[in-house]
Order: sequence, then structure tokens, then C-alpha cells
Amino acid sequence: MGDSQYSFSLTTFSPSGKLVQIEHALTAVGSGQTSLGIKASNGVVIATEKKLPSILVDESSVQKIQCLTPNIGVVYSGMGPDFRVLVRKSRKQAEQYHRLYKEPIPVTQLVRETAAVMQEFTQSGGVRPFGVSLLVAGYDDNGPQLYQVDPSGSYFSWKASAMGKNVSNAKTFLEKRYTDDMELDDAVHTAILTLKEGFEGQISGKNIEIGIIDSDKKFRVLTPAEIDDYLAEVE
Amino acid sequence: MSIFEYNGSALIAMVGKNCFAIASDRRLGVQLQTIATDFQRIYKVHDRLFLGLSGLATDAQTLYQRLVFRHKLYQLREERDMKPETFASLVSAILYEKRFGPYFCQPVIAGLGDEDKPFICTMDSIGAKELAKDFVVAGTASESLYGACEAMFKPDMEAEELFETVSQALLSSVDRDCLSGWGGHVYVVTPTEVREMILKGRMD
Repeated sequence: MGDSQYSFSLTTFSPSGKLVQIEHALTAVGSGQTSLGIKASNGVVIATEKKLPSILVDESSVQKIQCLTPNIGVVYSGMGPDFRVLVRKSRKQAEQYHRLYKEPIPVTQLVRETAAVMQEFTQSGGVRPFGVSLLVAGYDDNGPQLYQVDPSGSYFSWKASAMGKNVSNAKTFLEKRYTDDMELDDAVHTAILTLKEGFEGQISGKNIEIGIIDSDKKFRVLTPAEIDDYLAEVE
Repeated sequence: MSIFEYNGSALIAMVGKNCFAIASDRRLGVQLQTIATDFQRIYKVHDRLFLGLSGLATDAQTLYQRLVFRHKLYQLREERDMKPETFASLVSAILYEKRFGPYFCQPVIAGLGDEDKPFICTMDSIGAKELAKDFVVAGTASESLYGACEAMFKPDMEAEELFETVSQALLSSVDRDCLSGWGGHVYVVTPTEVREMILKGRMD
């Protein structure tokens, strides 16, 4: 295929107008563990599978959902180490904004700046794109918001979205289930049901992670016990 | 002769009931010589935020240009106007950047914040913010201005009365200062309108 000659250099377009390295990055994301987010009328929920490579891994030490500011959280699909780097950079950008304006950074601004970082890594020498897609959930003066950021640096606002292994089934499920006036609790239930669709094995509070932000504008990750409560409600 | 007294200036901002007034003198001098009698010290950042800059005129103009630049970019990025408190934090940060080679200006910031609550503040030339609930003053006439404001200020004045108070305080204070005067320039800002008035005082 003509494209393969151009697939090694990030900074060269292929004849079909693609940057093949970014396509490969998206493939890396697509083989990562499923994650999803749902925007409700009074908050946002993000969730992900937490499949560990062995039962010997201490699951309480693994945190896939992180908070960027007290009112913005993020989850990913793809390469964990790349995610950590982006979280670090985003947190610094959020703090720099606060230092300058003494105001919490609006969600759109943080997403824009994170996306700009990811774009830089698609147009510089000697670097590769990030192998993660992010789902950023936040609540600010413009209400609850959910954004997806891709390795190319493009970002989209979603009412509900999924990424990773089971993306097409999950998105179909979400399209059927999503309603505009959904409340946060309903959204958490829907998120769990969506994860359950493609889940191999028994779902429990220990092998999924859920983060929520409601109208008190404080992002928090649910404890395994709280997740088990929601799971019981769903059964 | 201090660098802050090279050009001469007088600035005052005062809080009223859901409104504020910001006023300045109009003299631009080079030490003892008067160069201009229509110099503008108060600038509009947006419809509900005004900035007055006292001190060295060249630094005041440059600082204003930098701040307007930052505010325009903010407006484009965030698709909204800056709140007065945010703008004050920005001015403070920009002044402190030049901590060891400062702008020789003392800004006075006045604006209407959320729910039309008036906000005023001043800061020194390296960005130490001073918030006030009643009035703030700056410039070579500041000592007289403090006295006049303290005596004439009443809380919760309506726009008409606020205008009278600010004008009287300004004109009586600049009369005691040889480096400021030649009339006054007053803005009274309410949630619905901005009124701009030129005062005629002792033209010396």
C-alpha cells in the first residue's frame, strides 16, 4: 500500500493526506481498555474498566481516573504512562492559570491547552504522538461538560461517549439509552450497564473505576463500596 | 524629585449603590511645565471595567497597551469579558513580573462584577493589591484626596450624588497640588449606562 512508505515519519503526510502515525496512535487507543463518559443534567460521570494483568497486583494502588482541578476529572483509553505525562502537564497549566487570574480554569480552556500539547507532539521532531484519548469531565459556570481529546489534538464536546476496545457496541448502547434530562444517578447506572455490555468476567467495585462531578462542582472518584452499591441497584 | 512626580496625576474611584465612579485630573506636565491639559488617564477595558493609571505617563501608556492586549486575547479565547477581580489579579501579576525594574505607575481599577456589584481596587507599582469597599485614590495629590474622600464619602450613594461627591473631592484636592489639575474627567458607571463628564476647575 502506498501509505506504508510514509508511515514511519510523523512529520510527513502520506499521499492520501493522512499522518499515518496518528492513525497508529488511534489504533493503540482502540486496543486499550474501554472507558466512557455521560453528561447528565446536573453533573457528569466517567468510568473505565480496571483489568489488572494479574490477581497479585494491588488494585487499590492503581488509579486510572485522576482529577486535574477540584472541579475537573479525566479518564483515558490507551497507554497509561502517556496518560500520566498529560495529567502532569494539564495540572500545571491549570495551576498557572489560577496563579495569573486567581480564578479556577474553565473546562474549555483546560481542554484547549491539553489538546494543544497533544498537537505539538504531532508536529515536532524526534517525538511520537501520545497513545491515549482522554475524556475530560468538568463542572464550571457553563454547567456540566464532557470533552474527548484525541492523539491528534482534536477535541469534541459530547453528551455521551466511549473509547477503547468495545467502542462501537458501547456507543450504540449509549445512543439508545441517553436522554437529555437524565440525572446523575441515572447516568451512573447507564454507565455501569454500558461497561457491563462488553465486560469479560464478573463486574465488581474492584475491577471498574467511576468518577463523578455533580452540582457541588467537586470531582471525586467513587470508592469500591459505593460502586458495589450502584451495582446492586442495577441488578 | 521622585520619578512618580515627574508628570503629575490625580486619580480617584468611589463605590456607590450598584454603581461606581472613576475620575482623574487632566494635566500632563514635565516637572514644572504643563504640556497638555487634556491628557487621558482613565481607559475603558470593557463596558463594565475601567482602568486608571497614575504615575509616569510613558509607563502608564505602555502598561495600558499591554493590558488591553491581554484582555483582547482573553475575550477571544474565553468568549467573555474579564471580571474586575480577575483583571486586578492579572494587573498585579504583570506588575510583579517587573519586580526589579518596575513600571512607575499606580493603577486604579474599577468595575461592576457579578450581580452588578461594584468593585474597586488600587495597587502599588509592584502589584500589591489593596481592595476597598468605599474609595481608592492614587497620584501626586493622593494625600489631599484621602482627606477629601474620607470627609465627603457616604455609603450607598446613587449615581447623581456619587458624581457630585467625586467631583468635589477631586477638584478640591487637586487645588492643593501644583502638579495636578487643569480640570477633571469623571466616569459614572451604572449597570445600564456610562456617563462621561468633563469638569472645569481652576485652570492652573
